[in-house]
Parts: sequence; structure tokens; C-alpha cells
Amino acid sequence: MLQFDLWKKALIWLTCAVGLWLALPNAFYTRVEHHNDAVAAIELGGATPELEQQAGEWPNWMPSALVNLGLDLRGGAHLLAEVQVQDVYANRMQAMWPEIRDALRPERATIGTIRLQPSDSEEIRVRISQPEGMARALQVVRELARPIQTLTGAGSTDIEVRGEGDVLIVTLSEAEKLASDDRTVRQSLEIIRRRIDEVGTREPTIQRQGKDRILIQVPGIGSASELKEIIGTTAQLTFNPVVGRASDPDANPGVGNKIVPSLDEEGVYYTLESAAVVTGEELVDAQPAYDQNGRPAVNFRFNTSGARKFGDYTAENIGSPFAIVLDDEVISAPVIQSHIPGGSGIITGNFTVEESTHLAVLLRAGALPAGLEFLEERTIGPELGQDSIEAGRIATTVAFAAVLVFMALSYGLFGIFANIALLINVGLIFGLLSLIGATLTLPGIAGIVLTVGMAVDANVLVFERIREELKTSRGPARAIELGYEKALSAIVDANITTFITAVILFAMGSGPVRGFAITLGLGIMTSVFTAIYVTRLLIVTWYDRRRPKSIEV
Amino acid sequence: MRLKLVPQETSFDFFKRWKIWLGLSALLMVVAFGSFMLRGLNYGIDFRGGTTIRTESAQPVDVAAYREALGVLGMGDVVISEVFDPAFDDDQNVAMIRIQAQDDEEAVTAEMIAQVRTALQAVAPDIQFVSVESVGPKVSGELIQTAVLAVVLAIGAVLVYIWLRFEWQFALAAVVALVHDVILTIGIFSEVQIKFDLAIIAALLTIVGYSLNDTVVVFDRVRENLRKYKKKSLPEVLNLSINETLSRTVMTSVTTLLALVSLFVLGGDVIRGFVFAMIWGVIVGTYSSVFVASSILLYLGVKRDWSKPSSTSGNQFANVDA
Repeated sequence: MLQFDLWKKALIWLTCAVGLWLALPNAFYTRVEHHNDAVAAIELGGATPELEQQAGEWPNWMPSALVNLGLDLRGGAHLLAEVQVQDVYANRMQAMWPEIRDALRPERATIGTIRLQPSDSEEIRVRISQPEGMARALQVVRELARPIQTLTGAGSTDIEVRGEGDVLIVTLSEAEKLASDDRTVRQSLEIIRRRIDEVGTREPTIQRQGKDRILIQVPGIGSASELKEIIGTTAQLTFNPVVGRASDPDANPGVGNKIVPSLDEEGVYYTLESAAVVTGEELVDAQPAYDQNGRPAVNFRFNTSGARKFGDYTAENIGSPFAIVLDDEVISAPVIQSHIPGGSGIITGNFTVEESTHLAVLLRAGALPAGLEFLEERTIGPELGQDSIEAGRIATTVAFAAVLVFMALSYGLFGIFANIALLINVGLIFGLLSLIGATLTLPGIAGIVLTVGMAVDANVLVFERIREELKTSRGPARAIELGYEKALSAIVDANITTFITAVILFAMGSGPVRGFAITLGLGIMTSVFTAIYVTRLLIVTWYDRRRPKSIEV
Repeated sequence: MRLKLVPQETSFDFFKRWKIWLGLSALLMVVAFGSFMLRGLNYGIDFRGGTTIRTESAQPVDVAAYREALGVLGMGDVVISEVFDPAFDDDQNVAMIRIQAQDDEEAVTAEMIAQVRTALQAVAPDIQFVSVESVGPKVSGELIQTAVLAVVLAIGAVLVYIWLRFEWQFALAAVVALVHDVILTIGIFSEVQIKFDLAIIAALLTIVGYSLNDTVVVFDRVRENLRKYKKKSLPEVLNLSINETLSRTVMTSVTTLLALVSLFVLGGDVIRGFVFAMIWGVIVGTYSSVFVASSILLYLGVKRDWSKPSSTSGNQFANVDA
């Protein structure tokens, strides 16, 4: 019972060695970080001697995964945004109108004339002049409904059609709204990721949270407002036909039209057709440029279908104005001079160089499908993070030293065995954190310190038990064996209950709290492992060598 | 020579005055609860929404001047407090400013931060904003719900686990001890008015874990001794078990406290509240597992026959000679 099989011994030492090996890069944090950055840069943009030298700071054959430092330790910005998913519904419904119109037209004999009614944006209301044809109209429009392809929405269709007297009402179905919400959030996530990548900051965290929220954490960025500027703009670009100029924003634009203010000119409004000719979705490229007068502008190029639509429209409407609209503001409304076939063009306006660069980035990354509302934002300065790391390091070292000394004083040689196990334990925690790519936060450091305090608990349980057994049992070997045997159930119960709370913290918590839960949970696993196996192996090995007649614990 | 905090053999009678201990705990809980009801907790922005700004300046913090400068902005409730820490440099003067959630705004606007900055620069020209955190009322409401749910879930899960591993009396006693710890911790936070934020919830759950750890170790020994000494009375068995595990209880509390105290003193002011909660929790948790949990167990009584599965109900003498 006291003996370990050879393979078990080997396995224990191997586990420790692998854990410590994985933890090693964290001891040379800056060096490894340089190495990793340089390697990434070389992969991306080719090697330069300078990068090669930086990459050489840490050997390639060594593990190079590091524990990520959380925002509270590194400084940076944190935003929690809620995607305004319902924004999309209106666009969806507007886009359906031509389709509904085309479907109803051939039926005019039964339903009479059709007319779009003004309505709130989430539904389409169509009045037909012969209400007795409503059944036929409903049938025709219902045929436009498409089945939904998601698991939860299986069996339902995307639109609901009903008739009220002589008015036919089309709305999105609940299942379609759910599916649409999910799509919107996923698209937003992707676009935000692209925009942040365009700006080129390191290791951003962009995660979906819950149904319609997105968490964005960018280390190293100056402030949350800066981050908001990058991701806060919708950047919805459309090209709309201009119906006329207006001065009153509340005037009735007519059905199918809308009134949009000018971006630069105060008090100027345009009446535009709501349906866009081409949208920013069909852009393939946008670059900052200068117009023929040397003023900053943005060059753009459409994809093939966009280029065809744009070409056809400009060919048919030479001499009439069209508007370039960004987020419901008209940037400019030039008159079409000639047919523009190639699908490329230029947006001019009163831009500064920064603005045109910014706009080009936004257009390239694509528009957000819906607006964002920011629910939570945090900016942590890098100095504060540095101070916290420093304080955390000192506190951990002192805590460690105090516990080591105390254990050695209390249990002598056995205490030193426990101390070795404790050192291995902390190494293993860092190894595991690096392995799973977890993030270390300030509460996470507290979690490690707490683990240091509690990790000795399992050893204490065993040692106290051995002391008791020494009083009654026959010989030290039997006492050690019984000590481990009898303490086991207490160790297991005590640690499982703590582990349960760590799991709940992880599941319910966010950000720093989650960081704490991770280190606590990993700490419990490693401390049970080191207490049950490592300390025991050390004691057994020592006992085998020395064969003492009596032991003092 | 060994350092021994607890003598080798102890035979303290922990239950001579168990009614007094229970009464004392009950009284403390009432006081803590009363304090919570009367004074309330000093909720951080995590729970009530709003903005906190941490400022740093070479000039000493003049709270009154800061308040005056910000008062004219009309942002409602503004709380300014100076932060002290031994690790700060001489020219490092730190203050925390908390501004209540503004009407119709989920998160703080850049303009508002700029306004605050300009106003404070009139008082301390070199002032810097080291961190700015803002939580909208929507999120803060949810955070409270989640936090309460987390604590309740944790206690519930533990109740079930101990019930499975021991008997319902043990589970109930352990949970009473946990609730006791949580209430006393909330009580001290409302009494001292330390900021109560999300991290404190993490601390509360850790206290739950720690206190439980202690209780389970004692109960484990109780279970063992109940099997071993079938003729001893329950108070005797409980007393013996606590005495036998006393050395371990003290050792573990001391090592944990050593680690926590060094974090409290040296770990910086950002997590001081969090560490304070844990230190308090370790002390209360150790007390409660010895006095509260065991006393409750004594009060509830336990099944004495552990040699048979609980489903078979033998009479009380069935296993006396076994």
C-alpha cells in the first residue's frame, strides 16, 4: 500500500515535469512575448533581421504559450454592447415590398388596385380596392413565405400574412425574428472583429454574450471612447435616387420615400426613395484618396453585381441627382454626368484626411447590420495595471514565503516535503493556465494566493492524521499508510465542495470574477494532485531510503 | 522542536455552553441583518450603475475642492473619496470619484468624461484619469440578480452534495453555518460601508467554499467516530471529533490567513475590499464550523447506526455488539 508502482511514479513525475515545462515561459514573460510577437509578424509580413533577432530571444523548441494578462493587469478598454436587433426588421420589410408588389400585380383582376399604406416600420400594409379578393391576395403573398432553416424554427416560415378588411398586413414571424436576431448578432460580431483587426491592436477579445450582447476587450488601447469610435458607427452606406430637396424634416415625403438630412449643410434635407440602388454590402474595396481638387475623398469599387446595378442605373438616369447616404445622412448628392460602367467611384465631401481614412476603414470592414448600444464600459490605464501586477507579485511572494516557513516550522521534514509539493503546485497552476490560454486577472492572483493557503490543507489533514496514528499504530510505515488512507475522504469531500462553488462562480460570473473562478478551480485540482501523489511519493521515497525506526511529524 | 499552535491532546468542552454560542451567533445575525436593513450596503457601480473614475495627481487630493468643481456640472449624486496605500509614491495622490447613473444614458458619454476632466483640471492641472468604469442601469440590475442567484445556487448545490455524502442533519447544519457566515459578512460590509461590488460576491462564494471545507472535515471525523464509539453520547462524540481535528483546523486557518494578510497589506488598494471579505470569512467560517455547525448537529441529533444502509431501520440496539 505504501509502495508506488514504477509506472505510477513515472507518471507522477512526468505530469509534474510537463506542467512545469509549460509554466516555464511565464518566468520570462517579456522575452517570450517579444518572441511570439516577432514570430507572428514574420508569418504575416516576412522576416526582417530585427524581427529575426527578437524571435531569437526565446528558442523555438521551447513552449511559448503564455498566461494572458487580463485588462485589469495590462490596461485597456472593455465594452459591453447590445445589438439593436430590431433595427433589422424594418429593412427586411422594406426590402419585401417590391416582391409583394410583383406577386400581386398579375392578380389585379380579382383584387383590384394595390396601394402601399404608411405603417410602422415593422410591417407592410397593402390596401386592395376589392376586399372580396382578399383570400386570393393572402394566398398569393403567403406563397412568398420561405421556410426557416434553423433548429428552433423548424416547420415555420419567415413571414406572417393576415388580412384586416381591405388591408393586407405582412409581418415577420416570431421564429424569423429569432433567426434574424441571431444572424444580426453574428454579423455584428464579425464586422466588429474586422474593424478592430483593421486598426491592428493585439489580442482583442470579442465574444458574444447571451442573446444579443457582444463583449469587446482590447488591451493596450488608450480609452473606451477611442474604441467606441472604431466600432460604434454603423457605417451603413447606400446609394439612393433623389426625389427632391426639402427644407422641412417633418414634411410628408410620400409613400416609399424618406427625408434624410445632409451631413455637412445645416438645415438642408433631401427626399430620397427608400429603396437603395446599391448598398455598401456590395463594396469590395474602399481606399482613402483625393479628388481632382486635392481634397480628401474615398475611392470605392463594387463587386460584379453591384457594378452592374450601378452601371445600369447611371446609364438610365443621366442628368438626375443621386445621393450617397451614410447612416441616414447624405454625404453628397452629385448629378450623374455620364454612364459609370466600371463599378468604381469616388465619394467626396467635407472630409479631413483622418475622416476619409476612417471612413475607408469602416467601408472596407463592412457595415454593422444594426446599431449598438453600450451598456458597460471600462478603461484601465496601463500604469494602474502595472501597479497591480507589482503589488500582486510582492504579495504573492511574501504569502508564499510565510506559508513555507510556517509549514517547515510546524512539520519539520514533512513540512519541507509539503513545501516542495506546494512549489510544484503553483508551477502546475501556471502551466495549466498557459495550456488552456486562460486569462489571469487581479482576483485571479488572489485566487492563487488563496490556493497557496489552502493547498497545504490537504497535507495538513494527512500529517495531523499521521501524528494521531503514530500514537496507536505499529510503526511509522503503518502510520503513514493509515494517515493517507483515513484522511482521503475528508480531503475529497472538502475539495469537491469548494470545487462546486468554483464551478458556479465560473458559470455565473464574468470578467475578473471568472478569472478568479478559473485559478481557484485549477488550484483545487492541482493541490489535490500534489497533496495525494507528490507529497506522498516524496515521503515514501524518503522512507524507503532511510528506513527510520521512528518518525516525527 | 516543532511549532505547535495547538497542544497534542486537547479536551476542551465545546458544548458546555452550546446554547450560549448559538444564542450569540443568532444575536450577531440579527445585528448584521438589522445593519443591512438600516444602513444598507455601499453598492459599487456594478450593482447600482454609474461611473467611477480613479484619478491620480502629484498634488494632494482636496476632496472639498473636487466636490465643488464637480457640483456645478449638475450630475446628481457625486461621491469623492481619497485612496491611501502604503505602496503609493509620495507624489501619487489617488482619489475615487463615483457619479450616479445619468438619466437616459446606458453608459457614460465621452462628453461627460471630458467635462469632468476639464472641471478637475481647474483644481489640479496635472490630474490624470487612471481608470474610468461605467455600468449602465440595465446591466447592473442583471448583475444583482445573477449574484444573488450564484450565492443561492452555491449553497443549494452544497446542501445536496453533503446530503448525499452524509445525512440530512449534516447538510442542514452545514448550510445553517454557511448562511450564518454569509449574513455576518454582509453585516460587516454594511456596518463598515466598504464598497460592495461584483468581486465581493466572488469573495462571498469563496467564503462559502472555505467554511464548508472546514465543516466537512469536522463532520467527516464525526461520522468516523460515530461508527467507532457506538456507546458514547452524541455530545461526547462531537466534542472528541472537534478536539481531534482542532490542530488541523487551526493550522489551515493560520496558513490561509498568513497568505491573505500579506495580500491585504501588500496587494494594493484595488483588491483590498475583496481580501478583507475573505479574511473575515475565514475567521467567521472557522468559528461557525466549530460552534455553529456542530451545535446545530447536536440539536438536530443524528442517526447512530452507520453499519447498515439507511433504508433498513433496525432498533437502536441492533448493532451495539457488532
